[in-house]
Amino acid sequence: MKIIEKTLILQGEINKFTVPNLLNRWEKYTSQKLEYIDLEKVISIDSAGVAFLDVIQLKNQDSFRKLLNIPINISQTIKTFSSLEITVEAIKRERSGFIENIGNSFFKYKEAIVDISYLTTEVIFWSFVGIFNRKGQRKDSVIQQSILIGMEAIGIIGSLSLIFGLIMALQSAALLRQFGTEVFLADMIAVLMVREMGPILTAILVAGRSGSAIASEIATMKVTEEIDALKIMAIDPIRYVVVPKFNAITLCMPLLVTLSMIIGISGGLLISIFYLDLSIVTFVTRVLEVLTFSNILIALLKGVVFAWAIVIIGTYFGFKVEGGAEGVGKATTASVVASIFAVIVLDAIFSLEYLGG
Amino acid sequence: MKVPIISVKKIVAKYGENTVLKDVTVDIFPNEITVILGGSGCGKTTFIKNILQLYKPFSGSIKIFGEETVGLFPEEFNKILEKIGMLFQNGALLNSVNIFDNVSIPLEQHTVLPAEIIEKIIKVKLNLVNLGHVINLFPSELSGGMKKRAALARAIALDPEILFCDEPSAGLDPITSENLDNLILKLKEQLNMTIIIVTHELASIHRIANRIIFLDEGEVLFQGTLAEAKNCGIQEVEHFFEVGKFGD
Ligand SMILES: Nc1ncnc2c1ncn2[C@@H]1O[C@H](COP(=O)(O)OP(=O)(O)OP(=O)(O)O)[C@@H](O)[C@H]1O
Ligand SMILES: [Mg+2]
Repeated sequence: MKIIEKTLILQGEINKFTVPNLLNRWEKYTSQKLEYIDLEKVISIDSAGVAFLDVIQLKNQDSFRKLLNIPINISQTIKTFSSLEITVEAIKRERSGFIENIGNSFFKYKEAIVDISYLTTEVIFWSFVGIFNRKGQRKDSVIQQSILIGMEAIGIIGSLSLIFGLIMALQSAALLRQFGTEVFLADMIAVLMVREMGPILTAILVAGRSGSAIASEIATMKVTEEIDALKIMAIDPIRYVVVPKFNAITLCMPLLVTLSMIIGISGGLLISIFYLDLSIVTFVTRVLEVLTFSNILIALLKGVVFAWAIVIIGTYFGFKVEGGAEGVGKATTASVVASIFAVIVLDAIFSLEYLGG
Repeated sequence: MKVPIISVKKIVAKYGENTVLKDVTVDIFPNEITVILGGSGCGKTTFIKNILQLYKPFSGSIKIFGEETVGLFPEEFNKILEKIGMLFQNGALLNSVNIFDNVSIPLEQHTVLPAEIIEKIIKVKLNLVNLGHVINLFPSELSGGMKKRAALARAIALDPEILFCDEPSAGLDPITSENLDNLILKLKEQLNMTIIIVTHELASIHRIANRIIFLDEGEVLFQGTLAEAKNCGIQEVEHFFEVGKFGD
């Protein structure tokens, strides 16, 4: 490549491999204004080569006249791949500002709360209707969903509750022993497991297992146009897909919470027998004494409310999915984070009830 | 006698127990447009995936640019892949980035071209598939046919020496489809590309095909030039060229 009298003379192959070097070398001559590019000795050109010619012409826009001696075999190629005559939009690299984002998310939350309330009424309505009229639901789906949500979670919820019971008992046992009040371990574990740990531990695990599964299932169905297919067949997707899960979780959650409470308390029992040398009878009597019927009822109610929040939030994020497969992942993650957050906030609201007593 | 650019010998492809390609032997010649024909499910996509090692054949030999590729280390095969473009049957655009970035991926991965050149190339390629106006949109915001065309722009971003297109015109209207054929002819003539296309559109085959490979139930029923195909004496093949349909 050389420049003679305002003419850039190119030779050989002008392609994606030679262009970076050519452009580098050309930068040295940028002070000179070009009028022509001579292509007589060019053997071949590809689209990167044509783009190179375009760039040089644009940089000499004021002085440039034309391409000279274009070999026949490359003239069509230049015509096809030249960008000089096409007008396309400018490329946007969108990144909205911080303040803008805050504003946007405020509106998003407002919208989300409206959507979620609407969704909740719809789900509860259809699940109530479903008791009398089973049309429009997947066959046997409640049983199948109950097995998925309930049976398969028993192992993990059981073992985690046991571990939690053991940890809490061990942590407190040493302390209680100092004051000679070992016997209160039973009261403590029972109250903690029933009022707090049972429902919340179960809810967090259910959010992780079933909430995410609900969100990803619905999001996938949406992305692959299955939801649209249901709509075309005049089937309400909420009734068909969500209501069975809602019913199943309403059925399973109290059982899972009960399981968690019993196993967690058993963890405490183990510690008090083997570490604090209490007798089983003392422990069980104290537990039964301290727990009231309303304690247990509220715990189960809590469990059901948490479960509803998990289903509704999973469904909400599932239906909100945007884009393709990668949207499914985002929806799933968002639903798990949001439902665990919601569970803890709801739990805080429930705790207000204990302020009085 | 021409030297084949891709030479496939006796490949067998299986999905589990299901044998999809039985002993396929074909040659693909440089600077020609080869059309692969065959009924739905006969193994056309599998055949292409075998050549590109997206799905490894059970047995057989595949030579590309004269080099045996079966058993090649991935790093070595990647060097061959840099000279090959592929338009997937479902487009397979990356959903998380916009159209511009989709087309820029191969350019940024395999060249050291400066950004201003890359930008020009992308604009031209998108313009060639009539998508200059959607440069900033995301794949999920495009129609099926638009996705296909954007995916074609990505496949030709690097001016590959060999281009595979799995049903490029499925879902396109006749005019867009004809434009696409013209583009494919230009790519062949002006950039000396070798192009392998799966298509069932009879009109399109007449416009562009140099050579035909006709697959049936995993076997090569016919291979040869377009002219030969029309009078080859094989009932299924002639039948297809008469009515443009497979079977009865
Ligand atoms: N990932 C896979 N796993 C198992 N079997 C598969 C897979 N992909 C394809 N097959 C089977 O291989 C056979 C050939 O499929 P292939 O996709 O190659 O057909 P095709 O000729 O491209 O069809 P079409 O024209 O419908 O695209 C089919 O019977 C299909 O069931
Ligand atoms: Mg296919």
